[in-house]
Amino acid sequence: MAQGIFGFLENDLMVYIANALKLPLSRVYGVATFYHFFRLKPKGEHTFVLCTGTACYVKGANEIQKTVEHHCGCKFGETTKDNKVSLISARCVGSCGLAPVAVLDDTVAGKLTAAEAVKRIEQWQDEKKEAAA
Amino acid sequence: MTVEDLRELAEKEQARQAEFKYRILYCSSAGCVSSGCDTVKNELKKAIVDLDLSKKCEIIGTGCLGLCGEGPLVIVHPDMTLYQHVDAAAARRIIEEHVGQGRKLKDNELDLNDPFFASQKKIVLENMGKINAESIEEYIAADGYEALAKALTEMVPEEVIGEIRKAGLRGRGGAGYPTGLKWDIVRKGVSDQKYVVCNADEGDPGAFMDRSVLEGDPHRVLEGMAIAGYAVGANQGFIYVRAEYPLAIDRLRTAIKQAERLGLLGNRIFESQFYFRIDIRIGAGAFVCGEETALLRSVMGRRGRPKVRPPYPSERGLWDKPTVINNVETYANVAPILRNGSAWFAEIGTQKSTGTKVFAIAGNVKRPGLIEVPMGIPLRKIVFDIGGGTPEGTQFKAAQAGGPSGGCIPTEHLDIAVDYESLQTVGAMMGSGGMIIIDNTSNMVEVAKYFSEFCMDESCGKCIPCRVGTKHIYMMLDKIIKGDATESDFELLKELCVMVKETSLCGLGQSAPNGVLSTIRFFKEEYLAKLKKSDGNVHSPQNSPVTAAKEA
Repeated sequence: MAQGIFGFLENDLMVYIANALKLPLSRVYGVATFYHFFRLKPKGEHTFVLCTGTACYVKGANEIQKTVEHHCGCKFGETTKDNKVSLISARCVGSCGLAPVAVLDDTVAGKLTAAEAVKRIEQWQDEKKEAAA
Repeated sequence: MTVEDLRELAEKEQARQAEFKYRILYCSSAGCVSSGCDTVKNELKKAIVDLDLSKKCEIIGTGCLGLCGEGPLVIVHPDMTLYQHVDAAAARRIIEEHVGQGRKLKDNELDLNDPFFASQKKIVLENMGKINAESIEEYIAADGYEALAKALTEMVPEEVIGEIRKAGLRGRGGAGYPTGLKWDIVRKGVSDQKYVVCNADEGDPGAFMDRSVLEGDPHRVLEGMAIAGYAVGANQGFIYVRAEYPLAIDRLRTAIKQAERLGLLGNRIFESQFYFRIDIRIGAGAFVCGEETALLRSVMGRRGRPKVRPPYPSERGLWDKPTVINNVETYANVAPILRNGSAWFAEIGTQKSTGTKVFAIAGNVKRPGLIEVPMGIPLRKIVFDIGGGTPEGTQFKAAQAGGPSGGCIPTEHLDIAVDYESLQTVGAMMGSGGMIIIDNTSNMVEVAKYFSEFCMDESCGKCIPCRVGTKHIYMMLDKIIKGDATESDFELLKELCVMVKETSLCGLGQSAPNGVLSTIRFFKEEYLAKLKKSDGNVHSPQNSPVTAAKEA
């Protein structure tokens, strides 16, 4: 819930939650770090969630992963330096019929290729340049 | 609401539907949403207004139609014409030609006599492509909540459990524990409070059966849970859904509200003394939470770590109270069993594994999608008749069933019957129903490495065999792939796998090495090809098992 409001869980927020629920901070921190869904750092403006499920793996998701990582200069689980794009890998988004799949800012892109993935990320990065200009 | 009210509602809805000459249902499941079914819906609606046909036909979003790779899919009732690859132009043509002039579109039409459809037997998925996923009235018109009414007004809890037992329904989550037996234990448990929990934490990559059921027919699951509640004497249910399925969560929320509004959940259901409510709990992304004891802890807001069984959840589950925990598909089977009788259900499938099983076929196969087949069907039929085999130019190599904890089934076992016991004989398992087809473009050692990486990441870290063992399995496989490993490493790997399997605490660790063990069993030559030849190097210190283990 708190993550929905603030976007991520910073330390002060977890302290607040622990106090409000009268729980030890260790319990709150434990839960927050245990699950993939909670983030302790802010995420970038756009998110690129690549599915690394079995079907996507068999269909070549790791090629996309390599290309995208190379393009962004950061690994999955990190955010680009300009805070523009967060790369996240998901276990399975459940659209295996369309593998390989990525979720780009909440829209699912099926039957993705490495070239197309890079193109989409470039579009996001260009947006910023346009805005700056 | 009384039983009469329910029937009246059903008749009213049937009459409403009969007014339309055509009912056009588009697949609104996540697969087709990503293929662009929203555009199709808008175009269909626009075309109807343009041509002034709104009295003649209606447009409805329905559950998964199965052939996810060919989406967006649209089905036209009552003549049951299924269209594939429907884009905006084709959508307009459906309205203009099919509805307007009664002429079918030949280029997009799919043949329903195709083995993909003809080999299937639909119980759990019976309403897919028939009803609006977001309308309780349509569910009721399709005999929905009839089973709950029957249970509450005509049967005592023991009879409900008796029916489920006689039907031979077994847990569809993978382990295949008899559902009736589980319910009976909970019913006999003495406690002031009992719970019913639905496991919808479908974490296996490649599996999307539960998601499709929740998205396409959520009321069926609610009804099954309410019946379970009545049978065991619980009045509170929880559905644990993973956060990765926002659409399923949405649909469930709508469905619960609708059912409460009509008095099908809540107090005095069908004028009886029975009351039942259902709450949703959203998972936050941990594979291990699919394990029942971990899931229960997660429902209670704790870290999802498994605990030692016994005591089983049916004795001491949520807040130490007796708890029924079943999979989505298991609950989805309950209503049809009560409606049609246990004898009807027991006739489907094999003697020990009755009924049907929903599979999600994906990977290197021509027609990925969601299917439901009777238990005991030969694997070959699933892969080739229904799935259409592997893409042109490649050869079938293995079917991977049961997710990362399952095993690979190679070509020579293609004729195996798909039921709980047979799959175990080849080191695979039924699992929740994900089936990935692997062709000869994939190397099995790398596939094994992929699975072990998954298990390594998802290990909760509570017990040592799993936490450390999965890491070492992964590192040894990595070493083999890099070509640095020797035969003694290979032996050590096998030994380690057996150790992890036998000493881990929960299902995750116990099944984590399955992927490696089954690939070693059937594709040993691929491992051997990657091993360093031991010519003269056998005695060098770096090849001794001890140093290998240290390095790893």
